[in-house]
Amino acid sequence: MHVLILLIEILILFAIIMLHVAYATYFERKIIGHMQVRMGPMRVGWHGLLQPIADGIKSFFKEDIVPEQADVVTFRAAPIICLTAMLTSLAVLPFAKGWVLADINIGLLFIFAMSSLASYGVILAGWASNSKYTFLGGLRSMAQVISYEVAMGLSLVGVMMLSGTLNLTKIVEAQGGSFAGMYVFPQIIAFFVFFISMLAETNRVPFDLPEAETELVSGYCTEYSGMRYAIFFMAEYIGMMVMSSIGTICFLGGWNGPFEVAVFPPFWFVVKVYLFMFVFIWIRATLPRYRYDQLMSIGWKVLIPLALGNIVLTGFIKAFTG
Amino acid sequence: MESMEIAEKLQDHFPGEVLEICDFHGQVGVIVKRDRIVDILRWLRDTPEIKMDHFMDLCGVDNKKRLGGNLLRFEVVYNLYSIPLRHSIRIRAQVPENDACIDTATGLWCGANWHERECYDLMGISFNGHPDMRRILLPDDWVGHPLRKEYPLKGREEWSGLVELKHKVVELQEFGLSDGTLRTEAEQSQTEGNEKS
Amino acid sequence: MTRPISKTVNVPVADGDGERYTLKMGPQHPATHGVLRVDLELDGETIIKCSPQVGYLHRGFDKIAENRTYAQSLILTDRLDYIAAMANNVGYCVAVEKLLGISVPLRAKYIRTIVCEMSRIASHLLWLATHALDIGAMTVFLYCFREREVMLDLFEELCGARLTFSYPRIGGVRQDVTRSFIDVLQQFVAEFPVHIGEYETLIDTNRIWLKRTVGIGVLSAAEALELGLTGACLRGSGVDYDIRKHRPYDAYDLVDFEVPLSNDGDIYARYRCRMEELHQSARIIQQCIDQLPPGPIISEDAPDLVMPLQGQRKVEAGSSTYGTGLIRLLEEHGQYPVGDIYVSTEVPKGELGFYFISDGSGRPYRMHVRSPSFIHIGALPALAEGSMIADLIANIGTLDVVLGECDR
Repeated sequence: MHVLILLIEILILFAIIMLHVAYATYFERKIIGHMQVRMGPMRVGWHGLLQPIADGIKSFFKEDIVPEQADVVTFRAAPIICLTAMLTSLAVLPFAKGWVLADINIGLLFIFAMSSLASYGVILAGWASNSKYTFLGGLRSMAQVISYEVAMGLSLVGVMMLSGTLNLTKIVEAQGGSFAGMYVFPQIIAFFVFFISMLAETNRVPFDLPEAETELVSGYCTEYSGMRYAIFFMAEYIGMMVMSSIGTICFLGGWNGPFEVAVFPPFWFVVKVYLFMFVFIWIRATLPRYRYDQLMSIGWKVLIPLALGNIVLTGFIKAFTG
Repeated sequence: MESMEIAEKLQDHFPGEVLEICDFHGQVGVIVKRDRIVDILRWLRDTPEIKMDHFMDLCGVDNKKRLGGNLLRFEVVYNLYSIPLRHSIRIRAQVPENDACIDTATGLWCGANWHERECYDLMGISFNGHPDMRRILLPDDWVGHPLRKEYPLKGREEWSGLVELKHKVVELQEFGLSDGTLRTEAEQSQTEGNEKS
Repeated sequence: MTRPISKTVNVPVADGDGERYTLKMGPQHPATHGVLRVDLELDGETIIKCSPQVGYLHRGFDKIAENRTYAQSLILTDRLDYIAAMANNVGYCVAVEKLLGISVPLRAKYIRTIVCEMSRIASHLLWLATHALDIGAMTVFLYCFREREVMLDLFEELCGARLTFSYPRIGGVRQDVTRSFIDVLQQFVAEFPVHIGEYETLIDTNRIWLKRTVGIGVLSAAEALELGLTGACLRGSGVDYDIRKHRPYDAYDLVDFEVPLSNDGDIYARYRCRMEELHQSARIIQQCIDQLPPGPIISEDAPDLVMPLQGQRKVEAGSSTYGTGLIRLLEEHGQYPVGDIYVSTEVPKGELGFYFISDGSGRPYRMHVRSPSFIHIGALPALAEGSMIADLIANIGTLDVVLGECDR
């Protein structure tokens, strides 16, 4: 019986997240559209509200092209690896008190592990397509994920030191219900490092080099079409949501807000996540793209030293204030 | 300096090379032999009071229909301009038909590289000492040089690459994989005729 | 059905020993601005050797022109640089007018200067849009297209076409400008500096933009000259060469404008030059509108193919190949002038030159087009070799090439 309930919970979460992913694309297109003096989708439904559904149906029915020289098994598996890893990390996210599928004590580590696993999908996709553009995209992605994973992990060490736990629910609880308790204030350097690594980790502008359209055509997913391409797309958006959730949980106090919304406890969590998503999109509309070597030097020469310094600083403060 | 003055100086400096100086609407062209063309261009570029530093244009001309006088079958036309001194001159080097080649100007202006390749491609004048004397606008296996006067406007035959592609289309059609959009009308009527018989 | 992995995946990996591999970028690639193909030899992401391949759009322009009358070849020039077709049309007309000795009425000169500068604005906006998009700044693209749309609408009002205009004629222009055209243009010119400011707020001092453009693709003045670069690419290296000043045509000697220069010779310098040129173009248009004199818009000597104005010009059946002026010219001299002439104009991309040889017949004996894009693509290896793939894209953008013009 317990398993059945869990399965139902998983299904509900899956459905809700998929709906969110669909509407996150709509959200992005609308916002970017208005920032760029145009309307965004307007044709399907009222103000284009049904556009994501139309897109989904379209990509389902498109021909699934596998390049002749590709490594078929790896090629087919790659997007699934990506999506599965991203979906799995959703299991440990606490959307509100008690609203979590698996309240495990190493939640933060688990999410890191899963996001590294997702980058395997990208690398394999790049490699298995047997095209030079996808291969370069895969290589770039590999280098980028490795570098920025380090910076991101180090930036969150400060949070772990303050809260004394890796359990995401407890990290939220450690920040307390008040505005001033949010870790974004004591951990402002870590938040800065985390935020930039987050952009790089999810392959978003200005770090979208693995899929830099004007250089590598479409990067690792150049050879993909139809549903498999859409799966990469979904994985990217779930990645954005997971990263936004981590930011919300570790720095912005999770589901706590100025007042409680009894009918829908995760209200503030969702608001904060969408705030992050908005910033993602805002940045995409504003900034140009870094060059590959510049990206690397920012990661290794700026972010990692900053994050390390932050750990030392946090350690000192914790030692002296008790 | 007036263009005419430059042309006269050039004639004084290279007396055996300059064949004729012509003036049309204020633009001066100097017809020269091809043998010392690089020396002439270098002199024009490096003499301080002339200083032709901007290599505006190079093109080949087929004189087949206007032979006579000092004109040989081909000529290579150099248009030079001096940016600081604001004067220009045109050098027209004559190239005979049986040995259609001339020395390259890439040693003086590396920008001449593509001009010369184009001239070779379309006119068939080759440039001695050019670092990369290949066709540039047309496919590598093109036959003939289209800007020569004897080359018909419509071309002579289909390019071999296109013929190959058409064969491929026919092959694919046997498997029902192509709609045959590349076939010419003649071929279409032929196949229709075959179907009838 | 699976194949052994080691056999199917044959992408050579560049290791520390400098093993190289080739990448054929284009002709279908989002950032090569048309059908340019660049064969790259790469070590990792560093370009060891870069050789551009052109010719996918070759239409035998010179050959076609030899078989047409001068007036008929005008429409071919639309297909050169289709981003700024108006400037090409004017360049061709100026060249033929010089060859045939036709003088153009003053009003037509002013109108042609206006449309030339309008097409410069349209072309530079498209350049900025795509250049910024290549480097990843997406919003600039749409901001630029907003203003470019106004330009295209104005062109449409003027001559009915948005891309291939054929509006200027040998000896003048086809139709007079309307009041509403002038009004809309006046308003646009007044507002345009504000819009330029909008583009600049997005990228001008943007740290990432600076990192991607400053010190990349550097050419000294001597190198730029030797490569034959013209236009903003040459002026970005500090060489003061603008044909509008050096050999003025149309009304450029009657208006006051500056030629923006920069000494750095990198991508950012060329970007700044073009942005300043936008300001100067607006200034030129404003002056032309203010000074626009009344009078005829086409010379009496113009070869035909002009819309006959009702009651002003008599067109007899059977004699409509040439206008009255040329018939007179033929009667006086027995034939067209014989000789050769090279006339160049400053189009948005650089120096567009037409070299004509006339043998006295109604058709050019030889016509050669010196197209700036062709020369600029030839200069790409000098800019790109030794840099990274991302810089190649920025370099293609900064050269501002159009393949229709390159391949002719």
